[in-house]
Amino acid sequence: MDTVITIASGVFAVFGIVLILSGGLGVMRLPDFYSRMHAAGVTETLAAFFIVLVLMLEVGWSIGLFKLLFIMLFVLITSPTASHALTKAARHGRLRAEGDDPEAGSP
Amino acid sequence: MAMLAAIGAALLVVMAIAIARALVGPTIYDRILAVNLFGTKTVLLIAVVSVLAGRPDYLDIALVYALINFISIIGVLRYFEYGGEPTEDR
Amino acid sequence: MIDFALIVDVVVLALLLVTALAIARMKDLFAIVMLSGIYGLLSAAFFVSLDAVDVAFTEAAVGAGISPLLFLSVLKLTGRYENSSHSHALFALLLVVVTGLMLVVGTLDMPAFGDPGSPASSHVAVRYLEESAREIDIPNVVTSVLASYRGYDTFGEAVVIFTAAVGVLSLLGLLSGPREGRESPVRMADHLVLRLISEMLIPLILLFALYVQFHGEYGPGGGFQAGVIFAAAIILYSMLFGLHAAQSVARPAVLRALAAIGVLVYGSVGVVSMLSGGTFLDYSVLSDDPVSGQHLGIIVIELGVGVTVASTMILIFFAFTSRSDAAHPESSR
Repeated sequence: MDTVITIASGVFAVFGIVLILSGGLGVMRLPDFYSRMHAAGVTETLAAFFIVLVLMLEVGWSIGLFKLLFIMLFVLITSPTASHALTKAARHGRLRAEGDDPEAGSP
Repeated sequence: MAMLAAIGAALLVVMAIAIARALVGPTIYDRILAVNLFGTKTVLLIAVVSVLAGRPDYLDIALVYALINFISIIGVLRYFEYGGEPTEDR
Repeated sequence: MIDFALIVDVVVLALLLVTALAIARMKDLFAIVMLSGIYGLLSAAFFVSLDAVDVAFTEAAVGAGISPLLFLSVLKLTGRYENSSHSHALFALLLVVVTGLMLVVGTLDMPAFGDPGSPASSHVAVRYLEESAREIDIPNVVTSVLASYRGYDTFGEAVVIFTAAVGVLSLLGLLSGPREGRESPVRMADHLVLRLISEMLIPLILLFALYVQFHGEYGPGGGFQAGVIFAAAIILYSMLFGLHAAQSVARPAVLRALAAIGVLVYGSVGVVSMLSGGTFLDYSVLSDDPVSGQHLGIIVIELGVGVTVASTMILIFFAFTSRSDAAHPESSR
């Protein structure tokens, strides 16, 4: 059982690290705000899920497990909402995306 | 433990990238994006530190900070809707 | 072996310095508010590295959370950019530099950090640490010092917070919403996602505030932090559903009464102690067994502090927001 847990947490940790680093790379290199938002918003939610899963496997059956569970649920709910709100505000402020049709009205 | 240290290192790298984006980012929205990213990575970093140090009470701070991060973003966006000048950037 | 703690401390303090300089130099008040949020977060990180978890908790909630929100609601009234000043107060700068240098010279005489023989680590602190388990018997020594051994100081803090509420209300007033129940359907659809999510989250946030309030004896937490988290939930509701809806949930008249009642409860515990034969705020006489008397006293005064802090924060937010709503009526729904 222990080796299964160790292998599982290793796999999840690798997923988490890959997601975090690719999100960071996206924020650094992508050309405009909306694509950066896409990189940051998607990867940070899923990375948080995997990393908290690794921490939960590490901590074991204790009060820390439930606190980590709450943190994960909270991040899973609020991170996409914040991304949505930020992108909506950018649209509201008429921020141009690359490839936007300059004649089109605001949505 | 090495796994957690690797996760912590990756988090620190992305936090540095976020600060760089906050300083560089041409529009104000890029900076808000960077601050939000910094905040959520901080939550994960506090959770990792808490597990490494074996102190579950640090997790309360992570939870509060996740909450504060969310409410601040909502506050900033409501500020823009009230007529702040979002695309002006001096 | 590299001392990681030292590196972390140096990096955090350097970032604090950079942030402070940026705040002093910039003219964009909005960016300054964001930077002050980051400053609060860095301070909380520094407190965590100093192993002061309760203080870090409070700093994260207040310095990085509520303060930027309150400043943002003020920014709607004052405008976003600071006027450039044309005078350069060289004499003031010189005075500050000289004072700073004298302070630095003064610190050279202080005992080393963590020195067990220093005055801060001898005398009273030793007694608190040694006797707290026997006299008060709660796991979190910070709460036992804050609420019991130094109960006077905490009473003073609660009164200060109450005074802040009185001051803000007497200067700004609370304009009650002239618009009665006109909720435009367009605006509702604008924020559907945010409103639905908040409807799910706000009860959980309030529950978390109650957890922090009553769990302050066993972990980081207590009245101040719980009051701030409670206020944050109501402020979130107010930001997304409108000031009028928030004021019908948390009526200003009730909040004013609650702010006073919190302080009154704290003082009453002291008076009841006196009437039961002890001195002011001596909890041991509150019940037959001194330890359970201490527990009872601590729970009640933390509750008083939490109530006062929550209602004060909400009242200050309502005061600022109702002013900016009155100034910009077209954007206040």
